[in-house]
Amino acid sequence: MDPVLLARMQFAVNITFHILFPTINIALAWVLLFFRWRWLATQQPAWLQAYRFWTKVFALSFALGVVSGIVMSFQFGTNWPGFMERAGNIAGPLLGYEVMTAFFLEASFLGVMLFGHGRVGERVHLAATFLVAFGTTLSAFWILSLNSWMQTPQGYEIIAGEFHALSWSAVIFNPSFPYRLAHKLLASGLTVAFLLAGVSAWQLLKRKSQASTAPVLRVGLTLGALLIPLQILVGDLHGLNTLKHQPAKVAAMEGVWQTERGAPMLLFAWPNESTRSNDYALGIPKLASLILTHEAEGEIRGLDEFKGAHPPVAPVFFAFRAMVGTGMLMLAFSWLGLWLYRRRAWVAERLPRSLLWGLSLMSFSGWLATVSGWYVTEIGRQPFVVYGLLRTADVASATPAPLIALTLGGYLALYGGLIAAYVWVIKYMAEKPLDAPPAAERQVFSRSFA
Amino acid sequence: MNALVTPLMSQPEGWLPLVFMGLMGLSLLIYVVLDGYDLGVGLLMMGASDAQKDRMVDSIGPFWDANETWLVLGVGILLVAFPKAHGLILQALYLPVAVMLLGLVLRGVAFDFRVKAPLAWKPFWNGVFIAGSALAAGAQGWMLGRYISGFAEGPGYSAFAALIALALPAAYALLGAGWLIMKMEGALQRLAVQRAKLAWPAVVLGLIGVSLMTPWVSETVSQRWFRMPELIALLPIPLMTALALLGLRALLNSHRVLGKLCWLPFALMSLVMVLGFLGLAYSLYPFVVIDRMTVWQAAAASKSLAFILWGVVFTLPAILIYTVFAYRVFWGKASEIRYA
Repeated sequence: MDPVLLARMQFAVNITFHILFPTINIALAWVLLFFRWRWLATQQPAWLQAYRFWTKVFALSFALGVVSGIVMSFQFGTNWPGFMERAGNIAGPLLGYEVMTAFFLEASFLGVMLFGHGRVGERVHLAATFLVAFGTTLSAFWILSLNSWMQTPQGYEIIAGEFHALSWSAVIFNPSFPYRLAHKLLASGLTVAFLLAGVSAWQLLKRKSQASTAPVLRVGLTLGALLIPLQILVGDLHGLNTLKHQPAKVAAMEGVWQTERGAPMLLFAWPNESTRSNDYALGIPKLASLILTHEAEGEIRGLDEFKGAHPPVAPVFFAFRAMVGTGMLMLAFSWLGLWLYRRRAWVAERLPRSLLWGLSLMSFSGWLATVSGWYVTEIGRQPFVVYGLLRTADVASATPAPLIALTLGGYLALYGGLIAAYVWVIKYMAEKPLDAPPAAERQVFSRSFA
Repeated sequence: MNALVTPLMSQPEGWLPLVFMGLMGLSLLIYVVLDGYDLGVGLLMMGASDAQKDRMVDSIGPFWDANETWLVLGVGILLVAFPKAHGLILQALYLPVAVMLLGLVLRGVAFDFRVKAPLAWKPFWNGVFIAGSALAAGAQGWMLGRYISGFAEGPGYSAFAALIALALPAAYALLGAGWLIMKMEGALQRLAVQRAKLAWPAVVLGLIGVSLMTPWVSETVSQRWFRMPELIALLPIPLMTALALLGLRALLNSHRVLGKLCWLPFALMSLVMVLGFLGLAYSLYPFVVIDRMTVWQAAAASKSLAFILWGVVFTLPAILIYTVFAYRVFWGKASEIRYA
């Protein structure tokens, strides 16, 4: 097998696994802060219970995120040595700032946040929780800035094949960055919204509900219902931005082979690279043009204009539909759920079981949408690693294919096992009766400076 | 010898790479001491009772995330400041890097799964935790050995790497035992003293072996070491190492190690790590990859380095301050930790 494709698959496997956990934790950190604040403000034990349970989920996700993140920091070198040699002057500082400003902040205060209660005052503890939340979001800022620069590079010059920065503000705030950052943060919020709702629904279904179940379900549904319309709006703006800067990606998303006016929005099709056309196409006339150009007869440039420089069509095309489809399900479920919940006077036990089943099945829908979206944008950037300037094949490592295949197999088995264990442990924790309220916890530990 | 042409130190092209070399070294040194003790505690869990295992993990629970972050910073600086060396080193170490990462992943997830999964699974996750610690520590030793020899191929070089792959975990175990002596009381503290006594000869033998083999493995290092008058200036490093290790051993026999001096074994072993690091740094300078690539050849553009340096100037002191803060919060003997 082609070593470049293998290296890409290995990197994709790792980055896919990694992104699952920050996607939860970026927003969950803020939700935890909210739970903590509600507990302090209302003194209702349900909020403390919610905080305790979801802190455990946070810690678990953090561990998985840290370890897979460490793997990533090495894979830049093992898989894409050429990328750092050629674009290291740009990518390096952005990654460096991420580690220095964000990663250390989260990791250092996590210990205080998780285990420090009783050892530090209430305010210090709240501040530690805030710093962890701030750190996770700051981390997303730097990583998405670099990723966006790879999609829409600017503020650079190329000297002897190497990128050099001309303006750091132009590099950091490149054209696709604001859209991508907003899109990602909202995706994180939605992922957590459906995880909160899904786990609560599962507890209700299994008759294991606790004092925190009903309020957490309400928080989840409300958050979902608020964020999904925003996400649809931001997604649309992001798409328009992509059309302007990366038309080949949009052509692959929409399955447009020849430049056409009044392009249909394809609900289903089978993109065929050999005939360079779609099989079994079923679409709504003129809708793609209307959405992308805001004119029924607007022109969309087709893939044929980018021969040899456009991404593989089928994965981008299908991933886009998976993302949008999941988003539509999220819209339906959050609004329907919230409406039914309100009609039943916020009594969770009176909710129809079919809705609870639906929400439970949607627990990890945020993962599906997020990963699909990333496939659209990352596969959609191919065959380039820095769009239009640097080809992926030119930066790959010379590692022999069998060695990559071996480690890829290892990573797949490991990550498969870990995802299964993660989901299973969350299910187990959700069904487990609560720990007895720890009495020792409030006591202030004496600090002996041994 | 184009490789040894040194740019003017008054120019950013001259001093910036050196600054980053120092920062990278500092990060990796902090990593080796901090994650060293928590990997060592993982190794020492072998043969401990279940209750003791819980307390051992509790003693490192609040710190391990941040400890591992120093590795990311070290590798991050390699990536950011010396992109050409990063690719070269990580491709040469492809497989051991994968093994180390596997170990760190297993260990990191076992930390959480062992207390969150059903009780019946706890022995399994404890086993994963120990195995992960051993894999990571061993792989790091192997990588260090390969690195010192400049990735030279041959049975002798492999034997050298294998020796360090055994010596480094022994050193981590001794460091971990020092940590436990400091943070524990009672039976577990006494167990830690015993384990320290077991690890000590392995560390000493390993250090002697590595020191004897290193000049043989690398011509460059050999010339560095046995050249007058530098030899005299270098002598304090092995002498202080020997003193620290002998002092440590004597301390383990004294009852005071269970009381007032409980912090001293950890401090002495940390000193040994620092000294070993200084010796290594002296041997390799100014190479990033020995005999092949100097810091100046491997360095990124000065403009990029300058931009990162601003970040370092502001963030590194902050990082150090809140690292100290986090350790202060959990200062003293370790108690059971719980989520709150």
